[in-house]
Amino acid sequence: MDRYTLNKNLAQMLKGGVIMDVTNVEQALIAEEAGAVAVMALERVPADIRKQGGVARMSDPLMIKEIKKAVTIPVMAKVRIGHFVEAQILQAIGIDYIDESEVLTPADEMFHIDKRSFDIPFVCGARNLGEALRRIGEGAAMIRTKGEAGTGNVVEAVRHMRSIMSEMRQVQLLPAEERMTFAKEIGAPVDLLEYIAEHKKLPVVNFAAGGIATPADAALMMQLGCDGIFVGSGIFKSGDPAQRARAIVKATTHYNDPNIIMEVSEGLGEAMVGIEIDKLEDQYAKRGW
Amino acid sequence: MQNGAGKLMKIGVLALQGSVIEHIQCLQKIEGVQVVEVRKAEQLSEIDGLILPGGESTTIGKMLREYRIIEPLRDLIQSGLPVWGTCAGMILLAKDIVGQDEVYLDVLDVSVRRNAYGSQLDSFQSSAVIHKLAEHDIPLTFIRAPYIEKCGPEAEILLILDGNIVAVEQDNILATSFHPELTEDLSFHKYFIKKIS
Repeated sequence: MDRYTLNKNLAQMLKGGVIMDVTNVEQALIAEEAGAVAVMALERVPADIRKQGGVARMSDPLMIKEIKKAVTIPVMAKVRIGHFVEAQILQAIGIDYIDESEVLTPADEMFHIDKRSFDIPFVCGARNLGEALRRIGEGAAMIRTKGEAGTGNVVEAVRHMRSIMSEMRQVQLLPAEERMTFAKEIGAPVDLLEYIAEHKKLPVVNFAAGGIATPADAALMMQLGCDGIFVGSGIFKSGDPAQRARAIVKATTHYNDPNIIMEVSEGLGEAMVGIEIDKLEDQYAKRGW
Repeated sequence: MQNGAGKLMKIGVLALQGSVIEHIQCLQKIEGVQVVEVRKAEQLSEIDGLILPGGESTTIGKMLREYRIIEPLRDLIQSGLPVWGTCAGMILLAKDIVGQDEVYLDVLDVSVRRNAYGSQLDSFQSSAVIHKLAEHDIPLTFIRAPYIEKCGPEAEILLILDGNIVAVEQDNILATSFHPELTEDLSFHKYFIKKIS
């Protein structure tokens, strides 16, 4: 039986949905009630990791288990880049997805986890097609843009989505003899490049993440061609999390309907405070190799 | 395939979330079928049949209520609109869901268990011959799948796999625990189209 295909299939079932960062059971229930398709259990949302600094690690397994018990939707959790023992712990918990995430402090500055050696599906961040295909080559069953987490600023997610889409279009136009050199230039496995040339799509689903704070941000990313949305700090760092969560879910479903996006954007209260990217001390998107 | 008026048959895929594009791509391979993504209640009156795709049943169920699709859709199914639910779609159709009070469309005479096989580690592929559909082996993909624990007198069992009911039919309603839209085999899609015409 092909475990990897089943894991890619599982990610397909999340398409068109919103995955929300939550730090406790209460937030997980709000997210589920608002229509989240999965929750990401973590100790601190990226905005707080940014503010408080220090080494950010995998969350307490007890807290992850409590959230898992409280909701019926899938639960994801993050491990540090390259920290395969944190991943082994999450697999032992029976988590639904592992996010090998640049939001946590990397444990390895050279290598990512060999995701093929796990039965649990992995999602990984990417800034461009080469990075996406390297992660898929290592066994990721789902990809997301890195964006810039904890900023409430969508500009990096847009940059990453546009890079991936534009390079995908280039690959489809390349004559066969140019594919190997293109693969070398972007640092991608050539067999995955061939897959894109043939099927005209990535072999896994691709979500948008990193800086999405409003319903309009979510619809923007959907119109740029992503399959679904991760919202981190954007919900629980805003004035009215339950209402904002519902609004972002609705805008993701109806991303092509400006009237609905307008309606859900009305009277939402305060969005999280945004940060400009060039004012950042640490760009998390630069983590990952 | 064309209906009596010689027009294209219009099949809707509920496009709130989940395996929407996969169903659309399957339907596009069948001649005479026009596909519509259904996101609003007012679209229900334009279609000849509706597919409820795989996805997160909790999420899609909440959206059906919040976007006020659930009542008009239930009325249409009860008055004969052909509908097919895969995985999450089966849960949405059921009259009883084991371990929870809340049900959604409440039209299919079965008792269904969510995530009945366990976690993602228990997702699996299999195959079976279903004589009512085709004589060949049909590939079956189960992803965190439900199965039917009890089937009322109104529903007809199409397939039992390892002792569990995984496909049923009840007049205009078809429901499968597995995802034909994730495979290359069009038997179920063709069967559903045939039911309509």
